Amino acid sequence: MFGLLKKKLSKVVESISDKLKKKDAAAEKIEEVIEQAEDKKPEEILEQIEPVKEEIPEIIEEIKSGLAESKKKPEETKSIFKKIKEKIKKTLVEKTLTEKDLLPILDALEVDLIEADVAVEVVVKIKQSLIESLAGKEIKKGKDKEIVASALRESLLKILDVKELDLEELIRQKKPLVLLFLGFNGSGKTTSLAKFGKMLKDKGYTCVFAACDTFRAASIEQLEEHAGKIGVKIIKHKYGADPAAVLFDAIAHAKANNVDVVLADTAGRAHTNRNLMEQMQKIVRVNKPDLKILVIDSLTGNDAITQARIFNEAGVDASIFTKVDVNEKGGAILSVTYELSKPILFLGLGQEYNDLEKFDKEKFVSSLLGENLKSSS
Amino acid sequence: MLNSLSKGLGNLIRKLITGTTIDKVAVEETLRDMETILLQSDVDVNLTGELLANIRKKCLDEKIPPGLTLREHVLKVIYEELIRLLGEKPVGLLGKRKIMLVGLFGSGKTTTAGKLGKYFLKQGLKPVFIGLDYHRPAAADQIMQIGKQIGIPAYVEDNKDPYSTAKNALEKFAKNDVLIFDTAGRNALDIELADELKKLGEIIKPDEVVLVIPADLGKVAKQQSEEFHKLVGITGVIITKMDGTAKAGGALAATSTTGAKVKFIGVGEKIEDLELYDPTRFVSRLLGLGDLQTLLEKAKEVEIKKESVEKIAEGKFTLQDFYEQIEAMGKMGPLSQIANMIPGMGMMKLPEGMLEKQEGKLKSFKIIIQSMTKEEREYPEIINNKRIARIAKGSGRSEADVRELLTQYNQMKKLFKSMGGMKGLQRGALKNISKQFGFKF
Repeated sequence: MFGLLKKKLSKVVESISDKLKKKDAAAEKIEEVIEQAEDKKPEEILEQIEPVKEEIPEIIEEIKSGLAESKKKPEETKSIFKKIKEKIKKTLVEKTLTEKDLLPILDALEVDLIEADVAVEVVVKIKQSLIESLAGKEIKKGKDKEIVASALRESLLKILDVKELDLEELIRQKKPLVLLFLGFNGSGKTTSLAKFGKMLKDKGYTCVFAACDTFRAASIEQLEEHAGKIGVKIIKHKYGADPAAVLFDAIAHAKANNVDVVLADTAGRAHTNRNLMEQMQKIVRVNKPDLKILVIDSLTGNDAITQARIFNEAGVDASIFTKVDVNEKGGAILSVTYELSKPILFLGLGQEYNDLEKFDKEKFVSSLLGENLKSSS
Repeated sequence: MLNSLSKGLGNLIRKLITGTTIDKVAVEETLRDMETILLQSDVDVNLTGELLANIRKKCLDEKIPPGLTLREHVLKVIYEELIRLLGEKPVGLLGKRKIMLVGLFGSGKTTTAGKLGKYFLKQGLKPVFIGLDYHRPAAADQIMQIGKQIGIPAYVEDNKDPYSTAKNALEKFAKNDVLIFDTAGRNALDIELADELKKLGEIIKPDEVVLVIPADLGKVAKQQSEEFHKLVGITGVIITKMDGTAKAGGALAATSTTGAKVKFIGVGEKIEDLELYDPTRFVSRLLGLGDLQTLLEKAKEVEIKKESVEKIAEGKFTLQDFYEQIEAMGKMGPLSQIANMIPGMGMMKLPEGMLEKQEGKLKSFKIIIQSMTKEEREYPEIINNKRIARIAKGSGRSEADVRELLTQYNQMKKLFKSMGGMKGLQRGALKNISKQFGFKF
């Protein structure tokens, strides 16, 4: 899971670490030159440090002005050199990353993240956040990986920072709680709904399924088969029936029989199809579901964010990501959550009923950063 | 996203079209822009690199054909490189007997099976469906119901054994023209499911193995296509869900790793919503270029002049031409998307529902023209009140609708006449049509 995204993120940490190593090497080189500087001419010193001047420009500036000053006041040469040496010593243990150091690394990250299906605007956010937390920061020797990983972690958590949702609390508050499952064709609505129903049943809640997909061939049979296996009642009409009416009946059934949760399966729809989007709005208008849950195929590429945006125009309260077990990239989860700023309820992880995992953003981010990048913060 | 993307592309193409000089630096810059565009359209990262290397080589090393500027040459090369991967012309699946559909879960295999069946039926062939998906609940019911809807036999077995189903079907339908095998959706990396597919391939020995992939599939497309190819040898690709907003860059990965070409695209939920793959349209969409066709025609124009274009240039713009223009526009995707592709348009705020209304109008015009005789289409001036009444009745529209179409047509005809030159027409065709229907650019 998320193998690729993980690899890309750890690459950033390595690149920054390498950059700091280069700065280290440069500081050592300068130290060596300055140690034997007293009997050298200023030009000679500058020539010797020339190859490493790109890495720590601030020290080079210091040396240049120091040399110029000692030319004017030769008697102070010793103290000037002492000052420079102290600066170098400090650089050896604590270095500052500049925006200039970071930019090439983050540009490489940009392509990597797009490759992992992270939408461009989310990539930009992550980059910004990394520059904010790392540029100008003094980094102690040996602490670099930890600091960078923690900055990465923060930037990812920021993307996923949405108000969470306590489903069981909601079930206790309202009876019946009506959940409407929405999404593009083939995203996995029916399978997710069945898994969800099984989970609720295992927790001791009663449910009823509403077969509101009256369009696709055998969609009703599909839900019926799930309902039979799990042992949940299903409310259905004929194909071609008004889905709003199906849900209406299911809610009435739930009210009459004291059922806790109504789970409504809807037809897959292209977000570009105005009629179907209007049909969806009618279902919502008539039945006022408590949660509109967008089911998204996590294998979706850059289009995921567009799909989420257009579905969200009709109002989305939470999301479920499916087929995560096939997913090497994981970008859609970041992109869509950023766009919706709505909580992720669950991840679908396979074909069995129990392959449903509660989404935990801390755990998700940790899994992206990998074991060796765990930071203490 | 779509907005910003096509905006970026608009700029890129504008640079190519309007830039006064184009040199190596400009080519490099263009290629860098291309990289971002391709990645955003879900094209695999290595493939993008390869493509750009080829394009760079051709752009800089090859001699520019006479009559084309370097910038036109660059565009042509980009197009040709993409077409090389995707397939040059519509090939379809005619002449294939045993067709096996494979793919990830939810990619649209069963729906596509139904659409293919309908397609073969229309060709006068006798297709049959064989349902091999016993994993997903009610998958067998789905293929049976689809078969019933369109009048094609569908075969499944109660024992839920895909192997015996396949074996028996091969015997039972020995006389049928086309056997469409619908397999279960699977993660190609799942060992158990992979094994099942491999065995099915050995039993069926299909003439064609079609990988069904959704247009919105991300960069997992490459890995999955590779695995499917290893298992059963992919010979063709069908891209589904092209009615959404996705760019279908994943398809490029599928064709480049398997060497198979795109055969069909699925463009909607209805059983008829299957179209032969058309390279120009597909690449236009992948790159988000509404006007690629015009540019390509400009490139071709150097060598061949099209008869119909000449005709229009002479002022002979018939209703048939009008019909073709509407159809060409329709093929570029929903109007709202075309609007986004046109530089400047994406940023404009259009009244809510206006594009949909215009789209409806265009559709209605198409239907009206369909109800006309060949003579009426060629010589619209013969259409009198009696004919209008007949056309209205035949197309199920009001007479006022027919009159409105004729008015629009006459306005356009006048416009073309006043423009005269053919070049102007080609470059401005889209713009002028749009103007006729109430947009301003």
